[in-house]
Amino acid sequence: MHALPPAPQPAPRRQLFVGTGLASAAGVMLIGGMLAVWSQLRADAPTRFSERRGAIKDWMPADIVVPEVAANMMLIAFCVVCVMAQWAVYSAKRDDRQHAGMALGMTMLMGLAALNAQIFIWTQMGVGVRDGAFHSMFYALTGTMAFLVIAGLVYTAVAAFRFLGRGNSDVSIVSATALYWYFITAAFTAVWFVVYVQK
Amino acid sequence: MPESASTSSVANWFTSADHKVVGRLFIGSGFVGFLGGLVLAVLVAFERIDAEGYQLLDKGAGSQVLAAARLLLTYGGVVPMVIGLVIAVVPLQLGSRSLAFSRTAASGFWMWLTGLGLAIASIIGNGGPGGGEAEMVDLYLASTVVMYLGLGMVALSVAVTALTSRAPGMGLLRAPMFSWASLVGAVTLLMALPALIGTTIYLYVDHRYARAGFGGNYGIGDWVGWSLSQPFTYVLAIPVLGFVLDMVPVMGRTRLAQRTAGNVAVGVVGVAVITAVVHSTVTLPWEGDGFFSGIGDKIADLLPFALLNLVPLLGLLGVLATAVLTLKSAKPRVAAPLAFGVLGLLMILLGAASHVLYAIEDAGLRGTIYEAGSYVAVTFGTAMLAFGAVCYWGPKLWGRTISDKAAIPLALLAFLGTVLGSIPYMIAGFADQPAGALDEFVYDGPQEFWNLLTTAGFVLTLLSALAFVALAARSFTEGDAAGDDPWDGTTLEWATSSPPPADNFSDVIVVGSDHPLADMKNNSGKVG
Repeated sequence: MHALPPAPQPAPRRQLFVGTGLASAAGVMLIGGMLAVWSQLRADAPTRFSERRGAIKDWMPADIVVPEVAANMMLIAFCVVCVMAQWAVYSAKRDDRQHAGMALGMTMLMGLAALNAQIFIWTQMGVGVRDGAFHSMFYALTGTMAFLVIAGLVYTAVAAFRFLGRGNSDVSIVSATALYWYFITAAFTAVWFVVYVQK
Repeated sequence: MPESASTSSVANWFTSADHKVVGRLFIGSGFVGFLGGLVLAVLVAFERIDAEGYQLLDKGAGSQVLAAARLLLTYGGVVPMVIGLVIAVVPLQLGSRSLAFSRTAASGFWMWLTGLGLAIASIIGNGGPGGGEAEMVDLYLASTVVMYLGLGMVALSVAVTALTSRAPGMGLLRAPMFSWASLVGAVTLLMALPALIGTTIYLYVDHRYARAGFGGNYGIGDWVGWSLSQPFTYVLAIPVLGFVLDMVPVMGRTRLAQRTAGNVAVGVVGVAVITAVVHSTVTLPWEGDGFFSGIGDKIADLLPFALLNLVPLLGLLGVLATAVLTLKSAKPRVAAPLAFGVLGLLMILLGAASHVLYAIEDAGLRGTIYEAGSYVAVTFGTAMLAFGAVCYWGPKLWGRTISDKAAIPLALLAFLGTVLGSIPYMIAGFADQPAGALDEFVYDGPQEFWNLLTTAGFVLTLLSALAFVALAARSFTEGDAAGDDPWDGTTLEWATSSPPPADNFSDVIVVGSDHPLADMKNNSGKVG
């Protein structure tokens, strides 16, 4: 009597989604750690008097003006990115490739819009990287955030090619992309509050 | 054609994503890095014997050699040895055919190697912490980020493997202890490294452009020095604690006592390290003014102290207690893995216990060389555990055995060297020998004697490590064939051939208990 052939190796359990979840958790530690160091140095700064806000920390130089509209638009753009990414997941699960493709395209477009807003902020604020602790840390923190956004754009582009090329067998990568954008939005919300609101 | 076969073999080492190849690359590189670090440690210790003037080094070179020694011992030696074992063994233990994101792990190896090489090159160019060559300091900071990123990629790969690629029926708590500890270690590393990377990015941008907020080249040690000290170094020991818990019952021909306690003990060390990293980055909320205003200052002082220092010690004691309980009624075979495992664990415990004392401000040990003694005990102890794990799993990875008769004396020699390399530094710390100084220090007591003992300890450790590497290299190329299950093991790595084929297992194994291979043996091949 012949033995039955061995069963195939069971499919790995959502490797991309779990991996993206862990990478996002690591990203939270990255941005959280950088914000913690930022807050620590800000807390150690001396106090000065502001006509508008009273006694404040002398952290961000008085002559620097944050383009708040661009910063707020960036936050809104990330929220829209999350909606678009979730739309892509919804469509991908139903094998609706046309809408999934459109949603992934919109996700990348809104991500690019957020990146554009960041570049606008850099050019408008006129912060010289050599001018002091606030200045160098501002570029280190927002530059790291921009790098994470670019990584998200590349990830979404790969997800789009893989999903549109292979159909609904690759739904997990679309879900993983959405998870990554949720992380980016949460991380930027913290950066927005600490850097652009609290100053 | 011999030439093309040889070329393709070399190309395979450079391009392979097979977890066993990547693991062996890490282990081999770790051996070289650890030996290099030990040579520098001997040099540093020798320089401290006569504190009246420099013998071999000068003042500038001394601080750079010190920095290179710690970097090589930790990130060039212990980290790759432990990570190599994890990558090579965990998929086999889990019954998986490969590592998740195996290309990511392979890329992580090359990133780590490139980053480490550039960091060492920058230190040689006087660019390490406190170094005077500005561009080399920039290179050092940038290359350490590359190195940490590489290690993070490997940790991600290991964590995803443990979470998603276990054999059918193998729940997370049913996974072998080494795999469980590797998961805890990988997640801990994944949470800790980003905080280190973030701070290093600040340091790089500040040092390159502004030098305003972080103290320039001298600030590097203040801001990221915690990555080369306790309690962060415990994270490197976490996976090999799992090796102890896997190996002890096999050597005792029994089952692990209090398995759940072992799981908890390893997890506790991981949680404590993550807390310590957060604490190193930001002041914890309960240390702020008034957080415990209704309870009293004592608790406000004691809570973070206990969490950061006592909790990891409790976890390590839990591992020791589980091992002792397992061996209590057993008649263990005296083999090299057991000798390295028990002695290495004792040294890690010594280091963790001594660090508790270091953390007490009233003991007055801050800024003294006492911390180096604690570091040596933890780091060398972890290296001993890694050597033990190589003795244990080497036959599986290379298909050949390593002689117990030759390896056990090396374990004793390494233990003696570690004791001599750590305890005299602790005593000298009580006598106020300054940390980081190689010369021009004076204190009451036989300062030459303590530093002579430490030098002797480092020399013994270097000799034992050198002999072990030579023994391993000879045994794994010319030794006796190991057989598939040389230790009569109970976990899945012993269910495949030695060395394993490319896909690890020919059949899917369904797991029905904590000891799937023992079940297989009892049921004549049927598992579950």
